[in-house]
Amino acid sequence: MIRVANIFHLGIKELRELARDPALLVLIVFAFTISVYTSSKAIPETLNRAAIAIVDEDQSPVSARIIAAFNPPYFQKPRLISQMEMDSRMDAGLDTFALNIPPNFQRDLLAGRSPTIQLNIDATRMTQAFTGGGYVQSIVTSEVNEFARRYRAAESLPVDIVMRTRFNQELNKGWFGAIAEVISSITMLSIVLTGAALIREREHGTIEHLLVMPIRPTEIMVSKIWSMGLVVLVASALSLIFVVQGLLHVPIQGSVVLFLTGVALQLFATASLGIFLATVAGSMPKFGLLLMMVLLPLQMLSGAETPRENMPEIIQAIMLAAPNTHFVILAQAVLFRGAGIETIWPQIVILLAIGSVFFFFALQRFRKFLR
Amino acid sequence: MNDRQTKDAKPVPPSVVRLEAVGLSYGKTRAIENVTLDMRPDCIIGLIGPDGVGKSSLLSIIAGARVIQQGHVEVLGGDMADSGHRRVTFPRIAYMPQGLGRNLYPTLSVFENIDFFGRLFGHDRDERRRRIGRLLDSTGLAPFADRPAGNLSGGMKQKLGLCCALIHDPDLLILDEPTTGIDPLSRRQFWELINEIRASRAGMSVIVATAYMEEAAQFDWLVAMDAGRVLATGTPGDLLKQTGASTLEAAFVDLLPEEKRRGHREVVIPPRQAQDETAIEADHLTMRFGDFVAVDDVSFRINRGEIFGFLGSNGCGKTTTMKMLTGLLPTSEGTARLFGRQVDPNDMEVRRRVGYMSQAFSLYSQLTVRQNLELHARLFRMDADSIPGRIEEMARHFGLASLMDALPDSLPLGIRQRLSLAVAMIHSPDILILDEPTSGVDPVARDSFWQILADLSRKQNVTIFVSTHFMNEAELCDRVSLMHAGKVLISDKPAAIVESCAATTLEEAFIVYLKKAIGDKEATPTADSGPSSLFATEAASPRPSAQAHKTRSFDPRRMFAYTQRESLELRRDPIRATLAVLGSMLLMFVIGYGINMDVKNLSFAVLDRDDTTISRDYVLQIAGSRYFTEKPTITTYADLDRRMQNGEISLAIEIPPGFGRDVMRGKNVQIGAWVDGAMPARAETVLGYVQGMHATWLTQKAREVYGSAATASNFQLAIRYRYNPDIQSLVAMVPGVIPLLLLMIPAMLAALSIVREKELGSIVNFYVTPVTRFEFLLGKQLPYLTLAMLNFFMLTAFAVFAFRVPFAGSFLAFSVAALIYVTATTAMGLLISTFMKSQIAAIFGTALLTLIPAVQFSGMIDPVSSLQGAGALIGRIYPTTYFVTISRGTFSKALGFHDLSAEFLPMLIAVPVLLGLGAALLKKQAN
Repeated sequence: MIRVANIFHLGIKELRELARDPALLVLIVFAFTISVYTSSKAIPETLNRAAIAIVDEDQSPVSARIIAAFNPPYFQKPRLISQMEMDSRMDAGLDTFALNIPPNFQRDLLAGRSPTIQLNIDATRMTQAFTGGGYVQSIVTSEVNEFARRYRAAESLPVDIVMRTRFNQELNKGWFGAIAEVISSITMLSIVLTGAALIREREHGTIEHLLVMPIRPTEIMVSKIWSMGLVVLVASALSLIFVVQGLLHVPIQGSVVLFLTGVALQLFATASLGIFLATVAGSMPKFGLLLMMVLLPLQMLSGAETPRENMPEIIQAIMLAAPNTHFVILAQAVLFRGAGIETIWPQIVILLAIGSVFFFFALQRFRKFLR
Repeated sequence: MNDRQTKDAKPVPPSVVRLEAVGLSYGKTRAIENVTLDMRPDCIIGLIGPDGVGKSSLLSIIAGARVIQQGHVEVLGGDMADSGHRRVTFPRIAYMPQGLGRNLYPTLSVFENIDFFGRLFGHDRDERRRRIGRLLDSTGLAPFADRPAGNLSGGMKQKLGLCCALIHDPDLLILDEPTTGIDPLSRRQFWELINEIRASRAGMSVIVATAYMEEAAQFDWLVAMDAGRVLATGTPGDLLKQTGASTLEAAFVDLLPEEKRRGHREVVIPPRQAQDETAIEADHLTMRFGDFVAVDDVSFRINRGEIFGFLGSNGCGKTTTMKMLTGLLPTSEGTARLFGRQVDPNDMEVRRRVGYMSQAFSLYSQLTVRQNLELHARLFRMDADSIPGRIEEMARHFGLASLMDALPDSLPLGIRQRLSLAVAMIHSPDILILDEPTSGVDPVARDSFWQILADLSRKQNVTIFVSTHFMNEAELCDRVSLMHAGKVLISDKPAAIVESCAATTLEEAFIVYLKKAIGDKEATPTADSGPSSLFATEAASPRPSAQAHKTRSFDPRRMFAYTQRESLELRRDPIRATLAVLGSMLLMFVIGYGINMDVKNLSFAVLDRDDTTISRDYVLQIAGSRYFTEKPTITTYADLDRRMQNGEISLAIEIPPGFGRDVMRGKNVQIGAWVDGAMPARAETVLGYVQGMHATWLTQKAREVYGSAATASNFQLAIRYRYNPDIQSLVAMVPGVIPLLLLMIPAMLAALSIVREKELGSIVNFYVTPVTRFEFLLGKQLPYLTLAMLNFFMLTAFAVFAFRVPFAGSFLAFSVAALIYVTATTAMGLLISTFMKSQIAAIFGTALLTLIPAVQFSGMIDPVSSLQGAGALIGRIYPTTYFVTISRGTFSKALGFHDLSAEFLPMLIAVPVLLGLGAALLKKQAN
């Protein structure tokens, strides 16, 4: 028979031990404050001081106008190069964009001969190539159009498209970054704290001690899960209220309570995973190495960073077994889109199921580990 | 100079070790205080005293493993502060640090361990084989040559340690507690071996630290130490005479300063009233773990109130037996009974009658004394009201009252042991099981501990079951069992056991029984190849090899010794090996698919309230693109809301009623598009696509309606996506990720390889052998270099064949660059390791120190040319910058050596700089 009192007292012991472990405390505080803050603020703007070179073979007012239009912070001052330099500079990775304005561009433009400007983009720089290409295109087009405005206007169909962005109207990446970091801190800390709690006990030899007392392995394991889970739950709630909402002014659409329910379920699964990993590793250094190999896939393939639908189907299928995938769906639905229980109940059910499977699996391992 | 002078002064034999005013502190703690000693050669010198008095620190200073903070240390005629002298002297000194096999490598076999040491001293293959053969024969380890050191018994580990120490024929042998925790027979054999070695090698001096006073009585000269000071020196006879005590143990207590001795008295255990009630009964207990029989048919009976001693070496099955008795482990065979009731592992009630104190101190060091007591009281389900009273009572009884709010770590060992006992007693158990409760505790504290045990037994009728490897403690027990290799050899009163073999001491009696049990065959030197042959070649040529090698400042053999050992260890550690071989592949896979900037399969749905040919044509424009996947049409606004909320669709298009009609009439119409902004990056792309497709549709329609003239624009912008014309994420990502992975994982593994040795203690082999810094570093680097290159080829193959990233340039240039690059990255790991103390710090520290500069400042995201300030500076000197350019250049831009020559030079400079820094910062001695 499992005794709740034992689970309670053992859990209190875990909390007291954690309270005296400065390294872990610093990690918790760091993960939920500074880390969240910087992830929100330091999301690199996709275009920052991009290197652009211009081959100006026209040397006309319109080409001067184009050159003058590229400015920091999006672009560096364009470097004026010759046609010959262009290839070698792009090969060496010095320029991401190279714009080639042909001879007699202005003359042909005004004569309506539709001349061509060539834009070379180094597509190995994915981040800059996409957005930067668009910027360059629109800058050049608007400059040239403005120059040529007085000459003609095209006719077109009277159909407009009205684009409305929902849930994050300004497409503020900081919002996304902050919440994504909270989500990943929850996973990381729950695994680290429970795993470390078990390994600490093993390395100090105190686990022996517990075993001779009238306590069952289940009670030991549950006590670690609830206590460390509680710490992460409280920390994430505080982070959400004070850092995400307070400091970063990210609006939260849905119910924080509903989100925390999801967190609790996620913690149930990941804390069990932490116990499991600790029994496999046996010592802190090995636990650290295992963590590297488990945490990264868990976070990067769960859809928290980039959309799941971009991944190959096999990975999408495998990742359905990971709690993170469902937790991320739940978290994004609740926090960004204001979804309620009627929308996210499937995720809750799945998380509960995955958590239970993980828990029993970890318990089996844990029993063997104690021998 | 010194050397010559001492040699010239012939008449008095020069001291082998001279210490003058030596002092040592660890932070604020003073470990050694002003020690001045002169040790004669050609004898066994013993350092005696309990744990933590500075014996080990003193020995490590003498061995040259630790920096001399204060005073002057002369060993074998030279100043140990002088690194030149140390290098010349190391081949003449052998040092075996404390802890069973602490300088051995548990995953390496017996042979491989000794072989490693042979290489460190520069022996060639034949010589090593000859020496190892001899050492193994004479120590009786020959049959176990292939067994991993970690699986040896304590006694065998110590013999192996001795073999490793003796491989180079030292003149000075320094042994730090070589026999702690091993059985008396192994202990005796160990000393016989030492004596035989000394007999065959005249002039060899031995310095030993020990906690066993019986052992110390056999030494030539003793140094008694306490609290970092020397209490007294002299032959054992001198010390006895000086104090007038009958045993060394008593003499030591008398030598202690007054305030420590206060309150000390001999343990008095009153005779026991005979009681017939049986408290513990073991009946043919057997425990098997797989093939291994840990406990073999053990039977005994312990009466209520008895103090029953369990005597045996580490790993002989004592702890397993205790676990079965408490119901912790289900028995394989036989039964255990407590108070006549059969022990059932699932019976929690039994556990409440038992108090257990495990080996060493194992309470929660982050809980205060009171919290520890409270926790245990609660877990034993004591009545909440009675707990405070009981805690007060225990505190008074065990003298803890003034320390209730202290943390255990701040208390001396003796008091911590009392706390452990108090915790074990908190629930007033009837049976107390103590697993080696007093190891390392000083004699005064030990006696007071035993006095408490005596009171518990005699006054409170508590049955005490205690295991120990101290003979004088065993003599205090009412009865003892001798245990060896899972078997109980005999159970009886100590005096009766001594009598039964006509021995004079319990130790001798134990040895008699041990010999009888194992038939004198295991681990005993074979008669014909006795230890006299150990140094057979000595007389003819005094240490030829050591002489030849000690002057060389770089010896590839010593370097390869580390290379070989490192590779063996790595191969036998599943987690590290997996990370080394598959880690980078796994991460590349994850990053390749996880950070994917292609946008495809975007789900969208339409609320088409017009449903005409034109509106369907508009939808088809989107549905037909490879970026979008159409979901079932939206029926109502509520449906739209719901489906966007649960993330089912990321784009919703609403076409108003009368759309087709209005378009044809030239009336202004608006199409609505809702985009899910939860993921801003994705939303931006969706916006771009939708706008683009809308524009295309308009142009097409306009052409249909107004004819082609309408769409002529005044200029064209031709965009060429170079190197990656399909703008695929993978093609762009992978050449950037390879440098990242070849940085992080090799650096981490290289850093771990050194920090591991620091943490496990085997770094001492680097401190006290003639290995130089460069040999050590390069030796460690080589295997990881090889692994990193293997990883490189695997990653490239994976990129080309699995991810289908085209490789256009010179593979040779790429490979050469990779070799230079991984040499730099592993060197970076070695450099990082010089300022990391624990493995866990090395793992996360290396990850941070390598990842941030690589990701932020090495041109992986933003080109270095667009960086400013410190970032730009780091980017310019960081080797990753150049390898990223080479990687992208060879993969996507079809470049070769010629085009990339400027990128090679900075990497070539980085290698010697990093290695040189690593060697300069690596310490050849502990602080």
